[in-house]
Amino acid sequence: MPNLILRVVSKILIPPIIIFALYVQFHGDFGPGGGFQAGVIFSAAFILYALVFGLDAAENVISTSVLRFLASLGVLIYAGVGIATVFLGGNYLEYTVLASTQVAGQHLGILLVELGVGITVFSVMLLIFFTFAAKGRA
Amino acid sequence: MIDIIINLALLSFLAISAIAIVRMKNLFAIIMLFGIFSFLSASVFMVMDAVDVAFTEAAVGAGISTVLMIATLALTKVQDEKRPGGHKPWLPLTVVIVTAAALVYGTLDIPAFGDANAPSQKHVAPQYLQRSIPETGIPNVVTSVLASYRGFDTLGEVFVVFTAGIAVLILIGGVAQPSKRKTSRKKKNA
Repeated sequence: MPNLILRVVSKILIPPIIIFALYVQFHGDFGPGGGFQAGVIFSAAFILYALVFGLDAAENVISTSVLRFLASLGVLIYAGVGIATVFLGGNYLEYTVLASTQVAGQHLGILLVELGVGITVFSVMLLIFFTFAAKGRA
Repeated sequence: MIDIIINLALLSFLAISAIAIVRMKNLFAIIMLFGIFSFLSASVFMVMDAVDVAFTEAAVGAGISTVLMIATLALTKVQDEKRPGGHKPWLPLTVVIVTAAALVYGTLDIPAFGDANAPSQKHVAPQYLQRSIPETGIPNVVTSVLASYRGFDTLGEVFVVFTAGIAVLILIGGVAQPSKRKTSRKKKNA
């Protein structure tokens, strides 16, 4: 039975950490932040959970096979946006062709690309942590 | 004036923690000091108004790196082992001093901090600053440069992160287990 104070405090802390990560992810256009930072903060919430409640509990929340899928999905979203712009008649990663106006297209493109970055960074960080922790347990 | 005092304090703390890291033998304490070092660097970036870089340093350097190094520590020993024999410090010390002197000499030619006429501010930076709002509508120029103007670079960075994850999985992840089973089988046969 782990420390009661640690369990209660981490349960209070994890939701704000996740909300903050989402804020950093989607507010990166206006303030400091973006996909890299958001992905790291998002994975920090899960790492805190794994440190306090154990690796098995954390792997029940999100399994390594899901993380492997997500790690490739993020890269695929980023590269896929580039492919989509090519099919829409632009250059690779030329977001302007994604929407009717240039500003709207750029906005959509940057949002999608940052989402891809965030997903990949989140899942790779967590995957590395899980791999190391599982190796240490064995 | 206040900037100078804060910078001086932060940089001296950086130097102190660096010296402490070099002199310590307990790896757990060294990892904690690495975290403090990263956090101090993030504060220095913050004072220099580079908030995005400071944010990344605080999240990645002070946060995730510390956790990952502690996870690595679970696989190794906490105490640094003394190497047998030891080595002569004079050759490495000379190399370090000469390199540091060359670097300090090089800084004499660097333009002053925040100099608007510095070559790096004259090349493409004015273009980004002028065109970011009309072309992308994004007030944070760091994001528009990162995701749009330099989108190829960022795609490369994402591939680097992805490749690092794959490398860890191949080296110590699930792939290592079949070979372990083979060795145990060999032992049984022997």
